[in-house]
Amino acid sequence: MAKRQPEGPPPPPVVQKVRLRYAKRGRLRFTSHRDFARAFERALRRADVPMAYSAGFTPHPKISYIGAAPTGVASEAEFVEIGLATAVEVEALRVAIDEALPPGIDIVEAVEVAATGARSLADRIQASHWSIELPGVAAPAAEQAVAAFLAVDEFPVQRLTKDGHRQLDARAPVVSLCVVPGGDAAVTSSAILDLVVRQVTPAVRPDDVLSALREVAGLAPSAPPLAVRRAQGPIDANGTVGDPLADS
Amino acid sequence: MTTPISVFPRLERLLPRVSKPIQYVGGELNARSKAWDDVTVHWALMYPDAYEVGLPNQGTQILYEVINERSDALAERTYAVWPDLEALLREHGIPQFTVDSHLPLGAFDLIGVSFSTELGYTNLLTAIDLAGIPLHAVDRDETHPIVLAGGHAAFNPEPIADFIDAAVLGDGEQAVGVITEVVRDWIEQGRPGGRDEVLLRLAATGGVYVPRFYDLTYLQDGRIAAVTPNREGVPARVSKHTVMNLDEWPYPKTPLVPLAETVHERMSVEIFRGCTRGCRFCQAGMITRPVRERSIHGIGEMVAAGLAATGFEEIGLLSLSSADHSEIGEITEQLADRYADDKIGLSLPSTRVDAFNIDLANVLARNGRRSGLTFAPEGGSERLRRVINKMVSKDDLIRTVSTAYANGWRQVKLYFMCGLPTETDEDVLEIAEMAHDVIRAGREASGSRDIRCTVSIGGFVPKPHTPFQWAAQADPETVDNRLRKLRDAVNADRSLGRNVGVRYHDGQPSLIEGLLSRGDRRVGAVIEAVWRDGGRFDGWREHFSYERWTRCAASVLTEGGVDLAWFTTRERDGDEVLPWDHLDSGLDKQWLWDDWQDALGEFEQDDCRWTPCFDCGVCSNLGTDIQIGPTGGELPPPEGRRQLPLISR
Repeated sequence: MAKRQPEGPPPPPVVQKVRLRYAKRGRLRFTSHRDFARAFERALRRADVPMAYSAGFTPHPKISYIGAAPTGVASEAEFVEIGLATAVEVEALRVAIDEALPPGIDIVEAVEVAATGARSLADRIQASHWSIELPGVAAPAAEQAVAAFLAVDEFPVQRLTKDGHRQLDARAPVVSLCVVPGGDAAVTSSAILDLVVRQVTPAVRPDDVLSALREVAGLAPSAPPLAVRRAQGPIDANGTVGDPLADS
Repeated sequence: MTTPISVFPRLERLLPRVSKPIQYVGGELNARSKAWDDVTVHWALMYPDAYEVGLPNQGTQILYEVINERSDALAERTYAVWPDLEALLREHGIPQFTVDSHLPLGAFDLIGVSFSTELGYTNLLTAIDLAGIPLHAVDRDETHPIVLAGGHAAFNPEPIADFIDAAVLGDGEQAVGVITEVVRDWIEQGRPGGRDEVLLRLAATGGVYVPRFYDLTYLQDGRIAAVTPNREGVPARVSKHTVMNLDEWPYPKTPLVPLAETVHERMSVEIFRGCTRGCRFCQAGMITRPVRERSIHGIGEMVAAGLAATGFEEIGLLSLSSADHSEIGEITEQLADRYADDKIGLSLPSTRVDAFNIDLANVLARNGRRSGLTFAPEGGSERLRRVINKMVSKDDLIRTVSTAYANGWRQVKLYFMCGLPTETDEDVLEIAEMAHDVIRAGREASGSRDIRCTVSIGGFVPKPHTPFQWAAQADPETVDNRLRKLRDAVNADRSLGRNVGVRYHDGQPSLIEGLLSRGDRRVGAVIEAVWRDGGRFDGWREHFSYERWTRCAASVLTEGGVDLAWFTTRERDGDEVLPWDHLDSGLDKQWLWDDWQDALGEFEQDDCRWTPCFDCGVCSNLGTDIQIGPTGGELPPPEGRRQLPLISR
């Protein structure tokens, strides 16, 4: 039997690609990647964004999601790319989508992609910069654990996935890890870690590094650590994570 | 009263340790959060099931908006917390909270709980207990919230009479206004007479049932002797509320858009309320009479505003039998035209077999979207369908599914019940025959062998305020046996049977639902015992424990000649005082009895929308009337779309 095709002309093509940076903040950091995708597609409708659609019986809007921060982890640097059937002003587009999303999921930057020659967004994500607050952990204890962790070349940790336990190396992709002064330590009594991790598959996340710190030095925060992704993008020779939307 | 403090900072630390934490954080698009000190009356609206089920609930969303639009009141929402979070809340001393501002439930003036099903009762106890509110209404004082039950189960709230302060029957839109004003005045007057007086004032309105103001006496054989008011000024019978003219109540105007995944994610518009098809098993159809349609114009306005406020990709036209709207053809066609370019699908959750036709099929299939088609013949045999008054013929069904298969649907779902009054094995086995005929007709209509028919079967539970309220419920063994035989019969012909899926739930949860549906105040002790034993989320297969319910029922129901079977599988006589006789749904008890006798005699009853009034009693008793079209109207003109500034290429 021949493949059935919808009647009528094919959908209009993509004439404009836009890359968006969004933040996941406060209580909405508990949004999962799937939750975000649903909310984002509804926001595109509310904002009347002239999306381009795929062909077929169940047309899908042209959206590419880039690997997202884990559920419960806040981020200032998440990325998504959309394809439009009509070219629009990019800043007006950013504002319209942002207004259509609940406060806490905020579209912070929008950049149009050059028609040809632009490297894919996924290719530009080489590393991730995290900040992790450890409630109830004093800075010296954190520094000791970090030093012990950095002293080794390899640090296998277990991660519980839905397919069971999985082992990965939490040390090799770590570009830098240090304890930063986090305001008045006497008041907050929370050490803050600054972490840069190279993008590998599977990705090493803050949780994996914290597992290693717990194992190597018994580091045990009194409450769940609060991780925030500060940036993700290309990494330079100094280990600084750059903006993947620059020169799109 | 002091302003309560958000529990969120304490809750937040626990969230990484529970499943799907997003369900507890609130912050949905279109959520409200009014300032506590700006209003006098504070409502917490609870849907006593998990967030994913509770959030889309229309009733809760309607009342949430109606109350929040008032200047003297606010409403926040709360849902049942899963056992993982419940354990952590107890460990850390954090109370049940609202998801909007994360305020402790105990700080509110009223807790309105919407019961779509009786299986939410144990979750009510969890919430009250977690909130630090005494479990029993008699132990509460004026510092505690008034716990108010609504929803369909509130038409017999006797099993939870110990735990609630009051119940409201029927439509809530106007009732919440009346209640708010009574409570507001009492608060502003300095709470004179304490809790007792505010409840008395509510009872005196005639539309709020306060169980403590009614005494029950029992006969030696266990039956109820009488239900009598024990206070001056309390009505002997409490009436249900009926909202007339749905166009004046276009709620929800801005539906909540959750971040978490929920069971229904669409722009739902209630296109009419009530149903007079007269299916005798259907409590919803009996207690929501008369039929009141929303006009095509009003529907169009709600859809346009709701889509703009939500961005949903599907419009759901809700009612008890959506294809029965007098202008359903115009409504579906005009909506499909209007939103064709937006790739917005249309769904009719309840479509009668005999009301589905080729036009409707085409409209629903626009944009290539074919949402699932479900038809509900309910009874397997023609005879049984006469008993239950669901008059669709097998020919109708075959014609309808052929239309569907010919128009590109590859799967059709058929819904039946098992355990209906007078049912025999043969009635149920006819379902297999019907399913085989559906596959045969579908193969012919579609020219393909690759089609499916899913037969889904639920256990019948007799409900209050229906002609079957006197019926004996079938025991789980009978139901399970019949369903086993049915499965064998379906698979007896492999060439047809392999295209038929049979889904059924075993009969055990239905029996407990039956206990909670037709029970009286003596069942409260069973609910409490089950809850104390760990019973939670009884509507969920993985949490429901039949063993626990039967064990607790046996240990608690030891006196007065009543037990689980007495409440469920016992047929009632016409002269028995039923636990809900003092709650007035408008239906005449004599009419219900006559309809029950007609059922046993296999006589059908027509629909009063198209034939003369048959005096069910609702309109004459409650001063209401049928409100149906056609209005001859159309959708309002499209509004100008916002357009993003274009750039030329």
